[in-house]
Amino acid sequence: MTYNADERGYYGEFGGAFIPEMLYPNTEELRQNYIRIMEEPSFRKEFDQLLKDYVGRPTPLYFAERLSKKYNTKIYLKREDLCHTGAHKVNNTIGQILMAKKLGKNRIIAETGAGQHGVATATVCALMGIECVVYMGEIDIARQAPNVARMKMLGAEVRPALSGSRTLKDATNEAIRDWINNPVDTYYIIGSVVGPHPYPDMVARFQSIISEEIKWQLKEKEGRENPDYVVACVGGGSNAAGAYYHFLDNPNVGIVAVEAAGKGIDSGESAATSVLGKVGIIHGSKTLLMQTQDGQITEPYSISAGLDYPGVGPMHAHLFKSGRGEFISITDDEAMKAGLMISKLEGIIPAIESSHAFAILEHKVFNPEDIVVINLSGRGDKDLNTYINYFKL
Amino acid sequence: MNRINKKLVEGKKLLSIYFTAGYPKLGDTVKIIEDLEKNGVDLIEIGLPFSDPLADGPTIQESSTIALENGMHTELLFKQLKDIRKSVSIPLIIMGYFNPVFQYGVEAFCKRCQEIGIDGLILPDLPLDVYQNEYEHIFKKYGLINVFLITPQTSDDRIEQIDSASYGFIYMVSSASTTGAKEGFGEEQKNYFERIASLKLANPQIVGFGISNAETFNQATQSSKGAIIGSAFIKHLAKNGVDSISGFIKNIR
Ligand SMILES: Cc1ncc(COP(=O)(O)O)c(C=O)c1O
Repeated sequence: MTYNADERGYYGEFGGAFIPEMLYPNTEELRQNYIRIMEEPSFRKEFDQLLKDYVGRPTPLYFAERLSKKYNTKIYLKREDLCHTGAHKVNNTIGQILMAKKLGKNRIIAETGAGQHGVATATVCALMGIECVVYMGEIDIARQAPNVARMKMLGAEVRPALSGSRTLKDATNEAIRDWINNPVDTYYIIGSVVGPHPYPDMVARFQSIISEEIKWQLKEKEGRENPDYVVACVGGGSNAAGAYYHFLDNPNVGIVAVEAAGKGIDSGESAATSVLGKVGIIHGSKTLLMQTQDGQITEPYSISAGLDYPGVGPMHAHLFKSGRGEFISITDDEAMKAGLMISKLEGIIPAIESSHAFAILEHKVFNPEDIVVINLSGRGDKDLNTYINYFKL
Repeated sequence: MNRINKKLVEGKKLLSIYFTAGYPKLGDTVKIIEDLEKNGVDLIEIGLPFSDPLADGPTIQESSTIALENGMHTELLFKQLKDIRKSVSIPLIIMGYFNPVFQYGVEAFCKRCQEIGIDGLILPDLPLDVYQNEYEHIFKKYGLINVFLITPQTSDDRIEQIDSASYGFIYMVSSASTTGAKEGFGEEQKNYFERIASLKLANPQIVGFGISNAETFNQATQSSKGAIIGSAFIKHLAKNGVDSISGFIKNIR
């Protein structure tokens, strides 16, 4: 069995492109060209150069000694928090802005929830001097004022999504509507491994640099390329897809996916899609999503805005359904405690999304000789207010 | 013969009206359908509201949100329509997004449609290839016509593919837009209408998006079989309620 997308963008039964005809020419243009463009030497060269000189790659693979001691196993942190703009998101936006240029587009749109992907998109648009419009739910704009200010400083226009629940899923709807209304000159930079084919596969390929580096870095440090486990948090699933990518077909590497349980699986305020979701269609992809019995998409909840999405990418739906991935849900409280623990033990304040990944150390027991790589997807600067309010700092 | 096919061979331009079921009030569905027929409308698209209507602009989005808040859902719509064929004889089409149909079960959904006397479905986010690979035989088994969309960006090749998969009419989206985004037609539409007419497709075309009054209706139907009005009708309902439907239709033709 393979865990990558087939030619039609399916991961097992999940994926595909469930889009209205208005979007067919745009996605078809992308589908026909993305692999060819990504494999062009000139594209590769520019992408690699920017990742190195602008993003700051390779990011370190850091042996977390005190954390390892506490949990009696060998834990490495993949330091995506050290990327420019503070999270893995920029790996993808660098790739996609180059793709947009190759396709001759001169206007960029994006959706954002917490603002991380919006900032990463505004950043690369500033870098390339391309017009940028970011859709953000009206409620999120109020909750994430610093990232709104960052996007504005970077020259982007932030447009409020006023429809539906006025959060990430609605911002995504608005971006898609913009694309329908501007089919020729505009390119849509999606922020995760979600949306219609070819987006999930393309974003996973751009993020796969994470596991590519883990392989040679681990070889240097441990004399072997493959860890026993790779752990990552899953919102839409892009940092996880990147961290798993080169290990998916090796059954000796355990894949651990961490979802946000919010206030608890049964609380009605959760974002644990693998537990609470059913197969359906969201944003052009057949995948697991949280919905009413009637097929209306419901609003998720997590203290971490980046995990607050009612679906998961089709790759992850397939990893779950096939049993290849082990899915664990972590509550707000568990994640916040883990965030504080990492800060004190390792001197690293993680993004609350990443804190979810660390919290599994309280749930899952590893062997002392196991090598566990945890993807530290982002840094906690953006979450300081949430940490302050939670811990009354 | 399906009511849609019968209607399409009548020698006149067809007026089709879209409305969102459950809007403005939950119980308005049957009254709206009956009034539309009484006032000479040829075909009705009953919107099954969805939480995330990607192809729709603010007017239809808002009507869908309110309809859902009012308590509209798939089974309730079927219950409201149960006896519709006792009073209404024009073709009825359900228009909605694929997920609610998928959750109901595609076969169960189609079966209920046939029992009620629904003639066709428009599901914009059910793509041609998935329809052909997985669902065409079910639609046909229950006598339902599936209506595909084309836009000014759709290539001639693709239009021909869609034409050969169609067995009713083609929904010709007038401009690259979501519903209700633009009003009126310009040079681009004129060229597009002429291009499509010159393709001599097997299926007649009905134009939708951007039609709001007699002028745009006449422009749209010059080289097509009919036109669909959606957002403008929803706006009319929002302002005037369900008692003034005849006034709206009389202003169109
Ligand atoms: C630091 C960080 N981690 C994880 C995520 C979740 O996204 P994904 O699941 O696509 O990696 C986000 C999203 O904003 C984020 O900012």
